[in-house]
Amino acid sequence: MNIFLILSCLNSLRQLQCSVPKATMFFHISAGIFMTGGMCAPVIPLSLAKNTRGLRSQLKDSVPVTGMGPQVGAYGVQDTLRSGFSSVKNELLPSHALELSEKNFQLNQDKMNFSNLRNIQGLHAPLKLQMEYRAARQIQRLPFLQSSHLALDTLKGNDESISFEDILNDPAQSEMMGEPHIMVEYKLGMM
Amino acid sequence: MATLSVCQPQLGGFSFENCKRNAVLEAEVTKLGCNVPSARKTGTTICGVVFKDGIVLGADTRATEGMIVADKNCSKIHYISPNIYCCGAGTAADTEMTTQIISSNLELHSLSTSRLPRVATANRMLKQMLFRYQGHIGAALVLGGVDCNGPHLYSIYPHGSTDKLPYVTMGSGSLAAMAVFEDRYKQDMEEEDAKRLVRDAIAAGIFNDLGSGSNIDLCVITKGRVDYLRPHDMANKKGVRSQRLIRPVYAVTGNYKYKQGTTGVLTKSVIKLDLEVVEETVQTMDTS
Repeated sequence: MNIFLILSCLNSLRQLQCSVPKATMFFHISAGIFMTGGMCAPVIPLSLAKNTRGLRSQLKDSVPVTGMGPQVGAYGVQDTLRSGFSSVKNELLPSHALELSEKNFQLNQDKMNFSNLRNIQGLHAPLKLQMEYRAARQIQRLPFLQSSHLALDTLKGNDESISFEDILNDPAQSEMMGEPHIMVEYKLGMM
Repeated sequence: MATLSVCQPQLGGFSFENCKRNAVLEAEVTKLGCNVPSARKTGTTICGVVFKDGIVLGADTRATEGMIVADKNCSKIHYISPNIYCCGAGTAADTEMTTQIISSNLELHSLSTSRLPRVATANRMLKQMLFRYQGHIGAALVLGGVDCNGPHLYSIYPHGSTDKLPYVTMGSGSLAAMAVFEDRYKQDMEEEDAKRLVRDAIAAGIFNDLGSGSNIDLCVITKGRVDYLRPHDMANKKGVRSQRLIRPVYAVTGNYKYKQGTTGVLTKSVIKLDLEVVEETVQTMDTS
């Protein structure tokens, strides 16, 4: 009846196909009902799924646009342990005119394309596409390892284009690795 | 391996981490009175014209770095696809990378559609990319090519606006070149006339603008044929050093000495200087 219920069931099914070691399978299954998978997706609890809202506000939830601002951790205060010391001057203004627009570029493009698609082809088209994106986004290795995201790239059409994201600052060749425990905890929503 | 304590994986693309540091450094350096090193620009004259069967693109070959000529013979006509070429003015690195990225994208696109790419496609890709970066990518381009719909010529500005015209000029010498075009352009010219017109327009830019110089490159694009004439005309030749045959080998550096016997000798007197030996010491060298 409700699309989010269907989505979350599908996600828990898809979680099992994710290539994670057996020890963390338990956490995946239990978190599957709450998590919507992927790198930058927020937690949508079942209770909210019963809300009947328009597509625009649902898109807003599923496509988080982060801006400058203090990093709020648990209890609503600065999480110094994880995000370092804060400085108002650094966080109020972006250091370059393009910083914010580049950070959110892909998200804004997706938002625009989905709303265009909804207006032209109806509600089902963007919903089905988003469902496929979420499914493809879960086909990956552990978060700190390099995954090819082949399915997601093919769906989005990134396999037929080259841009600065592929040439500059290639994360596959970065000299620093993400801290494994923190990244897995964040992904499982335990942090 | 060193690790970063981040929650989400790093993304590729531009990184703005050092912008604040650069701003602080620049403020400090200007306070001391020095100058921050500037990007190499191509302060240029580039132009293009549509003639009866196709397009003629022309460019000068000087790259400047502030007041110094950084490259006396740089190539400003970039390859986009077999039937499309693009001249670039502005920051040299920006034009180079932008045209290479668009060339790759156009190749992938034409492989996927299995058709020869159209100039309008290249134009649309370039304008969308330049608008996304709001003019921070300083690339002013003249894009020209021949596709299934005939010859097309576009001028693309760094902020992302484009113009489709029969003749365009860009760069610091654009006014000089445009003056020549406005005077002598006619519709449906022959190829030789078009080449001569573009050559004269670029020469006007070279001789009247400090930012343009050296040679003139031309690129003639017609249906099924591309002539990349580099250099088409060497407008500014460097002087040749005078050389003299010394034995069978030519001197590498010019020899500006006069021949022995050029000046006649009138008198000659030799005075011997008497030196007496005051002290004689022997210092042994340590060769162990």
